[in-house]
Amino acid sequence: MDRWKVKKRFFTFLIMPGFLWILTFFFLPLAFVWIISFGEKSNIIDVIITGTFDNYIRAFDGIYFKVFTQSILISLITTLICLIISLPIAFLISFSSKKIKTLLLILIILPFWTNLLIRTYSLIAILRTEGHVNKILEFFWIKMNSILLFLGIYGEKIIEPEFMPLNLLYNNFSVIFGLVYIYIPFMIIPIYVVLDKFDKSYIEASLDLGAGQIKTLFKIIIPLIYPGIVSGILLVFVPCLGSFVTPDLLGGSNSQMIGNVIERQFKSANDWPFGAALSFLLIYITIGLILIYSLLNKKRIKEKI
Amino acid sequence: MISKKQLILRRGPLEYSRIKWLKYFTVLFFIILYAPIINLIIFSFNDSKLNIVWRGFTLKYYLKAFQNETLILSFINSLSIAFVSTIISTIIGVLAAICLWKFNFKLKNYYELSLLVPIIIPEICMGVAMLIFFNSVNWPTFINWPLNLSEIIIAHISFSFPFVVIIIRARLGNLNKVLIEASKDLGATEWTILKYIIFPFIKPALIASSLLAFIISLDDFIITFFTSGPNNITLPVKIYSMVRFGVSPEINAASTILIMVVIISTILIVNFLKYENNSK
Repeated sequence: MDRWKVKKRFFTFLIMPGFLWILTFFFLPLAFVWIISFGEKSNIIDVIITGTFDNYIRAFDGIYFKVFTQSILISLITTLICLIISLPIAFLISFSSKKIKTLLLILIILPFWTNLLIRTYSLIAILRTEGHVNKILEFFWIKMNSILLFLGIYGEKIIEPEFMPLNLLYNNFSVIFGLVYIYIPFMIIPIYVVLDKFDKSYIEASLDLGAGQIKTLFKIIIPLIYPGIVSGILLVFVPCLGSFVTPDLLGGSNSQMIGNVIERQFKSANDWPFGAALSFLLIYITIGLILIYSLLNKKRIKEKI
Repeated sequence: MISKKQLILRRGPLEYSRIKWLKYFTVLFFIILYAPIINLIIFSFNDSKLNIVWRGFTLKYYLKAFQNETLILSFINSLSIAFVSTIISTIIGVLAAICLWKFNFKLKNYYELSLLVPIIIPEICMGVAMLIFFNSVNWPTFINWPLNLSEIIIAHISFSFPFVVIIIRARLGNLNKVLIEASKDLGATEWTILKYIIFPFIKPALIASSLLAFIISLDDFIITFFTSGPNNITLPVKIYSMVRFGVSPEINAASTILIMVVIISTILIVNFLKYENNSK
């Protein structure tokens, strides 16, 4: 590696495009958001910067605070479900033969190449009242009824004769289902990467020494793949918290998330300072989580030494 | 006595892939992961407006999509944005990656860290930032193509070139420095080293990263949604405005086209990389 002073001109040629670009077209826009978040709306289009903290205070009262806590809750539940599903899947992949392993990994990464919007939209056709889930349930319902009829206990009204379709769309269930559906690869991949690297003879040793499968799982495997789990949690939780498309398309009026409130400030309510403040709260939460994550990592590395 | 057959059937301590419930669970998982998308593609060929039951094969919704002028225009916009932003972000990304690999300088760690910020902050925050930025600096509104896409292109470069930097930087980490030293001993200039050693070495990573930049630009919805006006919508934004009116086979057709473009470009590049490797 060279010191930059040795070849000043070459160094400048290499560094300037990227540096200037990210400064002008990323950090400058962020600075604009930050400044506007301390402003007030003067009329429909103009904003005066008054240095007020009102926008931040507003985020913590009444309905907005409820939206905040609800978003965090939805993201937490989503992360937990992703974790529970990912563990066995990652486990199976890392213990499969090489050919199947590659196939399964490709199958998990492939949805990444599909548009988030399209994947969310594709769930509507599955979950809606006349969607496939309800159609399948109805089919079993009718079969069940005909069996009861055959057995001669139809009149006992064990189950309702008419099938009532379930409301699977436009509620918290559909939002969580959609988020799990979209973000689960982000949990499987990091867990798989760690699981694939660690020495499998630890498991064998633990089983040999008389620990059961469950004890081995909690005492050996989970502590060892812990870093993968933590990065998975971060990779799922952060985009969930800032998600907008999924709650917008799959959620009802009671399952709004921060992203929807932000979008409304810019697209319909026209309250830019408030929207900017909400965006920055989201950024602060993200940075906070990443700091905690890197501190945990440092601590772990220290402990190892 | 355990017969030979039983011995084969019996699961070894580490053969977790042979646990039945784990297998069924994984199969079920992949079915749920793929069913909605496959369903979407199949029902784009369905001859029914309501799109609930199968009523026979038809291509009429594709024809309808191709006759829809704004849809076609938005598709052309999407492709041109992806094309331009890929070229620019690849150039910027390669230069930055070589710089990070080659030079030591003060605040280098901070520069590397700052390149990660566009990747980690929530997309909606970046969309908001772009909206506020272009409004505050009074970015001129161009009417003519392709200048009317400038805002979206700029926003796309901002989030895609850091990916290029990461991929190329990782590849350069594997380059044997002895090669560089040898060529310097033999009197090569920086430009010769760049042309004859570095570029051939990073070529696969270059192609892979520009493909990634192309696809994330083509697929982006949220940031484009905030930066686009009524005159410069992209295909995802158009699909979004159609989805607001409910499920229709036309959306399925448009979505299928977008999925296919992405899949075909992936296959092309993968084949190209294979060909490159084989010819060596």
